[in-house]
Amino acid sequence: MNVLVCVKRVPLTGGKITLTPDEQAIQTRHLGFTVSPHEECACEEAIRLVEQHGGSSTVLTLGPAEAEEQLRDMMAIGIDGGIHLVTDGGEWDPQATAAAIVGAIGLGSTEPYDLLLFGNESADAGNYQVAIRVAQALGLPCVNGVKAISVAGGQLRCEQEVAGGRDVYLVPTPAVVTVLEGINLPRYPSVPGRMRAKRKPLVASEPARPAATLEMVRLVLPEGSSKQAEVLGRGPEAALAVVAMLQEIGVMSR
Amino acid sequence: MILAFVEDPVDELCQQAVAFARSLGGEVQAFGIEDGAGYAPAAWAQTIVELAHERSASAVVAPGTDRGNEILAHVAAKLDQPMAANCVSASLGDPASVLRVRWGGSLLEEARVHGSPVLLTSAAHAVAAEPIGEVEVVPVTGALSELDQIVRVVQRIPASTAGVSLTDADVVVSGGRGVGSAEGFSVIEELAALLGGAVGCSRAVTSAGWRPHTDQVGQTGSKISPEIYIACGISGATQHMAGCKGAKRLLAINPDGEASIFASADYAVIGDLHQVVPAISAEIRKVRGT
Repeated sequence: MNVLVCVKRVPLTGGKITLTPDEQAIQTRHLGFTVSPHEECACEEAIRLVEQHGGSSTVLTLGPAEAEEQLRDMMAIGIDGGIHLVTDGGEWDPQATAAAIVGAIGLGSTEPYDLLLFGNESADAGNYQVAIRVAQALGLPCVNGVKAISVAGGQLRCEQEVAGGRDVYLVPTPAVVTVLEGINLPRYPSVPGRMRAKRKPLVASEPARPAATLEMVRLVLPEGSSKQAEVLGRGPEAALAVVAMLQEIGVMSR
Repeated sequence: MILAFVEDPVDELCQQAVAFARSLGGEVQAFGIEDGAGYAPAAWAQTIVELAHERSASAVVAPGTDRGNEILAHVAAKLDQPMAANCVSASLGDPASVLRVRWGGSLLEEARVHGSPVLLTSAAHAVAAEPIGEVEVVPVTGALSELDQIVRVVQRIPASTAGVSLTDADVVVSGGRGVGSAEGFSVIEELAALLGGAVGCSRAVTSAGWRPHTDQVGQTGSKISPEIYIACGISGATQHMAGCKGAKRLLAINPDGEASIFASADYAVIGDLHQVVPAISAEIRKVRGT
């Protein structure tokens, strides 16, 4: 099974977000970067599917030159190769992102993909639509928000958590599937894995950015959620005040 | 004419989506889709594409739920139009202007939407729910491609109903990296059990394998809304706060008085959870005489 996984480089925001003076981006001077959590799980799922069924896995990102770090990170946990669609670092809207991914299918691999994996939504923009647009453009079925994938009788069995249980979908390949964190627990890279990742094939191209149809104007920090917490005490002596508070708000009744 | 898609059953988020659609100005028609064969996102989207064309809709609104976002994204892909997910507010026009949620609510974005019909989903709890009135029931269209019918729910596996669920609990006691180990959660479990609540955790804890992902509170875990959230040894990363901002009250227990979680807390205890949490449990037993 040949699997393509699409990932996005996002900052590790920590406890407080601050913006650049032009309000176009998060101030990342003191931040590290990672892959969106759902997508890290998508990579782990691709590695497991290839381990079980053979084939190869490829990771793709649309992002600045620095995003090679995220591609190598995913190769370090076991993805076989990468495709880097290099940008100048500015925002690409969902339609432009999907078009660039569609245009990159075929780069770096002569064999067709059986499965295109995405995260259900990116951690930062959260547009919930790039995978669906890619599926539409390629004429492929798309299952979203998946928490379990298995291969049965040449079909993919996908399970989705819903209120009251799990919904099951059966789809033929090739297909597009978006996954949620919790589908698996991603492995950590080993030192030899990191060494191997440096030598794995990486294809780069620089797509042209079309005009945005969902055009970001500026970022806005939500109204100050900063509260003045009432300090109930220090150390175990605070227990008395905590229990008094729990009684007052009415959660001690049982 | 603005079309507002609602799910069956019509819940609070659907009522909010209709209220959001009304805030755009103009006539709003709420509708649901009837499909005896089960949920099929692309088929339902095709139905909406045809309905929007037939009614000359200026906008289509859906709730910013898993299915609302999924169906509207399919509509957007079929029409090759932009879609803005999880909007807090919007005004129609050419282009339309929206304020939408990023980072699970830790950040907002002002954006312009260039296209027609304008496709928007409404962020949870951005506007108050309103009575919907009559919901038009639209049968799924007969004009479906083969591709539209491939992805369909073929089976529902019912959930086991053991214990208090994280999303329904009145009390959630949660542990973070500060708990230190899987075994360390015994004190968290004890307090949660005494209060009839559920156990939660931060992403650092699930990544370390101390708790299952089903316990995770956060942007990529459960979004909870208990009467009180007791966060023990949790620093307060934006990823985590995106999952617990619906809590009515927050008690943070952390040895670091500078931890960012205190900026979102109603009550604070500065101390080591391994000492504070058992002391709270002991005090509850004492008060109850057990």
